[in-house]
Amino acid sequence: MARNEPTHGTDGAAGAGESAGRAPGRRKAVRYAVPVAVAGIAAASIGIGTALASSGDPDLPKISAQDLIAKMAKSDTQQLSGTVKVTTDLGLPSLPAGLSLGDAPGGKAGHGSAGKGKGEGDGADASPQAKLTELASGTHTLRVAADGPDKQRLSIVERAAEYSLIRNGDQVWAYDSKSNTVHHSTAPKDAKGHKEAPEELRGASPQDLAKKTLAAVDDSTSVTVDGTAKVAGRDAYQLVIKPKQGETTVGAVRIAVDAKNGVPLKFTLAPKGGGKAVVEAAFTKVDFAKPAADTFAFTPPKGAKVTEDKDAKGGEGGKSGKGGHDDRKKGMDESGLSGMNVIGKSWTSIAEFKAPGGVGMGAGAKGGKDAGPAGALLDGLGSKVSGSFGSGHVFSTRLVNALVTDDGKVYVGAVTKDALVKAASK
Amino acid sequence: MSQAEAGAGSGAGAMARAVPAATARRTPSPLWALSLFRSEVATVFRRWRTFALLGVLAAVPVLVGVAVKMETQDGGAAGHGGGGPAFISQVTNNGLFLVFTSLAATLPFFLPMAIGVIAGDSVAGEASSGTLRYLLVAPAGRTRLLLAKFAATLTFCCAATLTVAALALAVGAVLFPLGDVTLISGVTVSFGEGLLRALAVAGAVALSLVGIAALGLFVSTLTGSGIAAMATTVGLLITAQILDQFPQLHAIQPYLFPHYWLSFADLLRAPVYWDQVLDNLGLQALYAAVFGSAAWARFTTKDITA
Repeated sequence: MARNEPTHGTDGAAGAGESAGRAPGRRKAVRYAVPVAVAGIAAASIGIGTALASSGDPDLPKISAQDLIAKMAKSDTQQLSGTVKVTTDLGLPSLPAGLSLGDAPGGKAGHGSAGKGKGEGDGADASPQAKLTELASGTHTLRVAADGPDKQRLSIVERAAEYSLIRNGDQVWAYDSKSNTVHHSTAPKDAKGHKEAPEELRGASPQDLAKKTLAAVDDSTSVTVDGTAKVAGRDAYQLVIKPKQGETTVGAVRIAVDAKNGVPLKFTLAPKGGGKAVVEAAFTKVDFAKPAADTFAFTPPKGAKVTEDKDAKGGEGGKSGKGGHDDRKKGMDESGLSGMNVIGKSWTSIAEFKAPGGVGMGAGAKGGKDAGPAGALLDGLGSKVSGSFGSGHVFSTRLVNALVTDDGKVYVGAVTKDALVKAASK
Repeated sequence: MSQAEAGAGSGAGAMARAVPAATARRTPSPLWALSLFRSEVATVFRRWRTFALLGVLAAVPVLVGVAVKMETQDGGAAGHGGGGPAFISQVTNNGLFLVFTSLAATLPFFLPMAIGVIAGDSVAGEASSGTLRYLLVAPAGRTRLLLAKFAATLTFCCAATLTVAALALAVGAVLFPLGDVTLISGVTVSFGEGLLRALAVAGAVALSLVGIAALGLFVSTLTGSGIAAMATTVGLLITAQILDQFPQLHAIQPYLFPHYWLSFADLLRAPVYWDQVLDNLGLQALYAAVFGSAAWARFTTKDITA
C-alpha cells in the first residue's frame, strides 16, 4: 500500500479546500501559522490589556492638595467591600515579626526580638497578631468588607486556605482554615477600644496607611496633587507627599484618592534610593455598596479548636482590641527594651532604646548567650561604624536603618546611616 | 477518506474502501463524528492500562481516608498546625472534605500524569502499533479523527477526576461523619450546597487538565513512538511544576499550565473568589487553542508511514 499522504480537502476544516491545489510545503507553512497566530493574538491581547489598564488617566477637574486632603478627611464612606493587593519589599528575605507599615518609625526593629522572645503565634494559635505579621513581606491578597465602625471582615487569601478576621460589634473572631482553629476575643467597649480595634482589622488597607501618613504631614513635608489615575476601575487623584528633610530614606508617598468619595484606593511608599516601592497596597476591586449582613456573622465551625483570648494573657501582647503600636511598646518593655526614646520629629525621628539583655551585639557579645536571636540574625548583616559614641554596627534595609552600638544601645529610623551616627554621637 | 483523492494510485483495497468515503465526505453526517468519538472512547477505556491508571487514582482517596482515620483514632485532629495536604485538618469533621483533600493530593501529579499517558498515547500509540493508517482509511478525515482523539482524552479527564471525587466521597461517608460544610472562609453552609460546591470543584479540576491534554496530543503527533510521547508529556509536566516553584521566574509563571491548578480551592470561599479560577480556565483554553491547532497543523500535513 502506498504511503498515506497528507489530507487535502477532506477534513472539512475552513480553508482546507482552497489549499488543496497549493504546493505541499506552502500548505504546511500555512497550517503551522495557525498555532503561531493563536499564540501571537493571545500575547498581543494580553499586552494591549496591560497597556490599556495602565494608561488612560481619567480627565478630572483640577483640585488643590488642601482640598483633596479635606475631601479625604470629610469622606464618610463606611461601607465597602473589595480586594486589596499588598506588596511589601523591605529588601530582607523575610521578617521575623511584623511592623505595621505606615506607622511612625519608632520601634520597628525592636518588635522582631520582642515577638520572638515570647514565642507568640505558635502553629496552632490563630491569634490575629501572629498572622498579620506575615503581611510584612511578600505579596498578599486581602479581601476586605466593612459596614460602619464595628462591623469588619478581613480575609487573607492563601493557597488553598484562608485566614479570616471578623469583627461584629464587640466580638472579634479569627478563623484559620489551614489548622481549623478559631481565636475569639472581645473588643473593649471603652472609647479607645472602639477607635483602635477597627484599625487593627484594616491595618494593611490603603485607607489606614493613608490615615497614618496624613497624620505625619507637617511643615517638613510637601504635599502636591500629581495628576490622576484609574484604580480598580475608579477615577482617582494622585496625592504625592514628599518629606523635605534630607536625612530620611523615605522618597515619596503616593496616595490615589477616589475622585467621588475621597476614599484612598492606593498607597505607595517609595524609598529615596529609587527602585521598586517598599510598600504598595491597592484595591484591585472595590464596591461601595453595603455588604450583606451575613458577611459579618460568624459561628465557630463544628470541630474547630477555639482559643479564647484572656485578659490575663494581656502582657503577652495578645489583646485584639489594642492597636499594634501599643503592643509593640508593651512587648519591648517586658523583654527589657525599656526606656524607648524618640529623637527628632516626623520623618527623621529616630527611636533609641537599650538592646535586650542590656548587652550589645558587638564583637564581645557574639559568643555570649545574651546576644539573643535578633542579635545572631543581625550580626551577620551589619557593617561596622564608629563615632564619638564608640563603635557599632549599622543594619540596613531598603527603608529602615538601625545602628546597634557596642554598649548596647539601638537607634532605629527611616533615616540615612549618617543621621543615625549623628544621633548616637549626641 | 483522506486517500479518496490523494490515493488515486493506491491499491485496489484502499480504492474499494474509499468509495463510500467519498459520499460521506460530501454529506458529512454528524453521526459520523459521533461514532468516531464513540469508537475512540471505547479504544481508550478498553485498555488495561486505563484501568490501571484509574485504579492508582482510586487508591489515593482510600489511602488518605484510612490514614487520617487511623491517625485520629484517639480523637486528635489531623494536620496539626496546618501541615499536610490542603483541607486535611477538616476531614475528620466532615467526610466531604476528603473529596477536596484527595483532589488536592492527586492534582499536582497523579491526575496529570494519567492524562499525559492517555494523551501521549492517543496518536503516537496508534502509529507505533501500526493501526494509524487503518484509522485514516475510515472516511472521517484527519481533523475529525484528531478531534475525536482529543474528545476521548477529555472524556478520560472527566472520568479520572470523577473517579477520585466519587471514591473520596464514598470513603469519606463510610469513615467520617457527613453534615454541614464549613467553607475555608469560616462560613457554614448546608450539606447540599457543599455537595454542589464539590461538584463544581471536580469540574474545575477536570477543566484544569485540558491544557496538558492538548499538550500531550501535540507531542503525540510529533513522534511515532507511544512511549516517547508519554514520557515527553510527563516530563513537560514535571518541568512546568518545577519552574512554577522558583520565585525568580515569577514573570513566566502565570503562563505555565499548572500555575493556577490549586485555584479550585477558591470555589470554597465565601463569597467565591473567581479571579484565579477564571485565570485558570482562560489559560487552559489558551493551551487548548495553541497546542490543539499545532497538533492539527502537524497531523494534517505529515506523512503517515505507520
